Amino acid sequence: MSQKDSFVKFEKVDKSYDGEILVVKDLNLDVPKGEFLTMLGPSGSGKTTVLMMLAGFETPTSGEIYLDGNPISSIPPNKRGIGMVFQNYALFPHMTVKENLAFPLEVRKMQKSEIDEKVGNALAMVELQDFGNRMPLQLSGGQQQRVALARSLVFEPRLVLMDEPLGALDKNLREQMQYEIKHIHEKIGITVVYVTHDQSEALTMSNRIAVFNDGKIQQISSPDVLYEKPNSSFVAQFIGENNQLKGKVKSINGENCIVTTESGDDIHALKINVNNNGDGSLVSLRPERVAINSSENFENNFDAKVKELIYLGDHIRSRVEVCGNDQFIVKIPNSYKEENLKEGSTVKLSWKASDSRALDLN
Amino acid sequence: MNQTQASTGPILTTDGIPLKVSLKKAERINKIRAFLLVLPLLAFILITFLVPIGDMLARSVDDRQINTVFPKTFEVYKKWDRQGLPSEEVYKTMFFELKNSEGYAVGKASTRMNYSKSGWKSLLKKSKRKFKKIEEGPFKEQMIAIDKKWADPEYWLALGQMVDPTTMGYYLNAVDLKYDSSKNIVQQKENRRIYNKTWIKTFKVSLLVTLFCLLLGYPISYLLATLPMKYSNLLMICVLLPFWTSLLVRTVAWMVMLQQKGVLNNLLVMSNLLADENRFQLMYNQTAVVIVMTQILLPFMVLPLYSVMKTISPTYMRAALNLGASPMHAFYKIYMPNSIPGVSAGCLLVFIIAIGYYITPELVGGKDGQMVGNWIAYHLKTTLNWGLCASLGAILLAMMTVLYWAYNKIVGIENIKLG
Repeated sequence: MSQKDSFVKFEKVDKSYDGEILVVKDLNLDVPKGEFLTMLGPSGSGKTTVLMMLAGFETPTSGEIYLDGNPISSIPPNKRGIGMVFQNYALFPHMTVKENLAFPLEVRKMQKSEIDEKVGNALAMVELQDFGNRMPLQLSGGQQQRVALARSLVFEPRLVLMDEPLGALDKNLREQMQYEIKHIHEKIGITVVYVTHDQSEALTMSNRIAVFNDGKIQQISSPDVLYEKPNSSFVAQFIGENNQLKGKVKSINGENCIVTTESGDDIHALKINVNNNGDGSLVSLRPERVAINSSENFENNFDAKVKELIYLGDHIRSRVEVCGNDQFIVKIPNSYKEENLKEGSTVKLSWKASDSRALDLN
Repeated sequence: MNQTQASTGPILTTDGIPLKVSLKKAERINKIRAFLLVLPLLAFILITFLVPIGDMLARSVDDRQINTVFPKTFEVYKKWDRQGLPSEEVYKTMFFELKNSEGYAVGKASTRMNYSKSGWKSLLKKSKRKFKKIEEGPFKEQMIAIDKKWADPEYWLALGQMVDPTTMGYYLNAVDLKYDSSKNIVQQKENRRIYNKTWIKTFKVSLLVTLFCLLLGYPISYLLATLPMKYSNLLMICVLLPFWTSLLVRTVAWMVMLQQKGVLNNLLVMSNLLADENRFQLMYNQTAVVIVMTQILLPFMVLPLYSVMKTISPTYMRAALNLGASPMHAFYKIYMPNSIPGVSAGCLLVFIIAIGYYITPELVGGKDGQMVGNWIAYHLKTTLNWGLCASLGAILLAMMTVLYWAYNKIVGIENIKLG
């Protein structure tokens, strides 16, 4: 990626709070203009620290951050011109919605008429025209969220950061807001860096997702690639549901390899994150890629014992024991009708070698 | 059958008692139980709080002491036209009532009479002693012969103030006014005007103490609320440690610090910042009162401030910075308005405690630093003028009520946060 393409650039950034533990390790990241990038990871993975360094509330211990080609480590947060939506919105409780929105404009010494116009536009954008004179605490959580969003955009920043902005909302509202944020992003084409630990949020909204763990980016790619082609067992496990079969690499043949499980079964898989024969490996496999009692011929065919069946409407979730793993999940489509399917019965499972990925042991 | 009855008549319980009656009965037991639970507390508040305040307010206007000692004299006194000297009848009743009354009662009455016109006390004492020898009239001449004051209309006129069982005299006294002999309100003599000055001084000292507490307490509270736990705990102990130390110990420590040959002056002289003959007079005056009271009352400012600041999320400041405000501007526009409930709670608390403060001005105030509380104590213990004590106290109470009311109008009492 050329320098011109990267609007936000992290270059070899380290961050430590106590001088002993690095919470961010050698971070290199480029965000092109207009991208919606999500940093996804469990709590303590360093993603929020990265966001805080970008906002200017934390300074990198080493390395440099560039915004539009200029180093910003020495610029204080109030001079960076970056919008931010905080976890609990941080709306000023003693000001009305309008005053909250006008605050960044007043600070910039804009004309009164200009301020009124921009505040009006921002309120219209989040469809809260009638709520301008309310106090933040008189609004519902979803409305507060929208005010926070409007406030972060009202002064037309080049970049907006969002720190788990939907964490405090209930599930339905959260999903609705995901689409609203996505639409606003598409409409005004602003660059967004979004932090969350909720993978469905990340998958819904992002152009790209950076999966963080242990202070490092594990994988950065578009949502579909991340889901379909995880390149480490952490990512495979973190994004979506995933079956893991533990074993050792028996042989490697170009792109493919064979992993032998402890139960002695040979699994044909893509060689992703293993290098040598004898290496330990977790073979990762999405539940929906496993066929049950299929007549087609796949590379992997095993008999499995049904342990548990849960009817979920659109599919039947079944837990089976196969290759020594009794937590193996298979999603049986609703259309599949089989009289003999019940707990304790034996079924034939099959899947393609290209759907199973031999990853590190981790 | 049953069903039709239920739909037309009142609803009955399964026992056949109307539901409303049964409900009332059930609730009454709960109410009685609840009342019994709060009864001890209620009695405690009544006995230790409301009754004394009521008693104080009553005493501040009570003027029955001499009416009970000289009831008949006042009956005939009321007929007097207040021209020249009273009639023989007034002298006569006065004579017998004084002669036959108990010494203790006369003492109390004469104290009160002395407030109206000094000289009454000694006159009554002397007369009572000499009245023993006199058996019959005419009394007027004999009494005047005992003491010429009996012939002074001023004394008789002064009694006119005490005819009513209630008086505003104590309140007037508390603001340097008095009744003259014809019950007009006039100013006290120049050399007896002390209370207005004291009121002003009390207000000034209380305001200064509140101001200094706020100036010192605000940054401390801010640090307490924002520092990491391990430092803020240490700082909290530093704030509370003096709070737990005896008031007297702290006051005496300040004496050691501030007196003319004290630690502070010595240090300044030793470091050649101050000439030996120019040592600061920091003890036994108003300055000392303000310094020491500020130190003593500081925790009362810090604690409410801290408890409010603790609730101000640090993300507000971050949000303000992020939106482009300078740190100063963010503090002024965002942090300060959110800390107002704590500021007002702290100021009100410190001011209320300061305005009635007694022990510190007593110990370090000297002549110049005496506040209203000290005059109350003085009259309570030394002159035994409880009526004046009560009126001074009642005025303090009224001031606090007005202040509280004004505060409620301006800030709203529900905005106070003490923790």
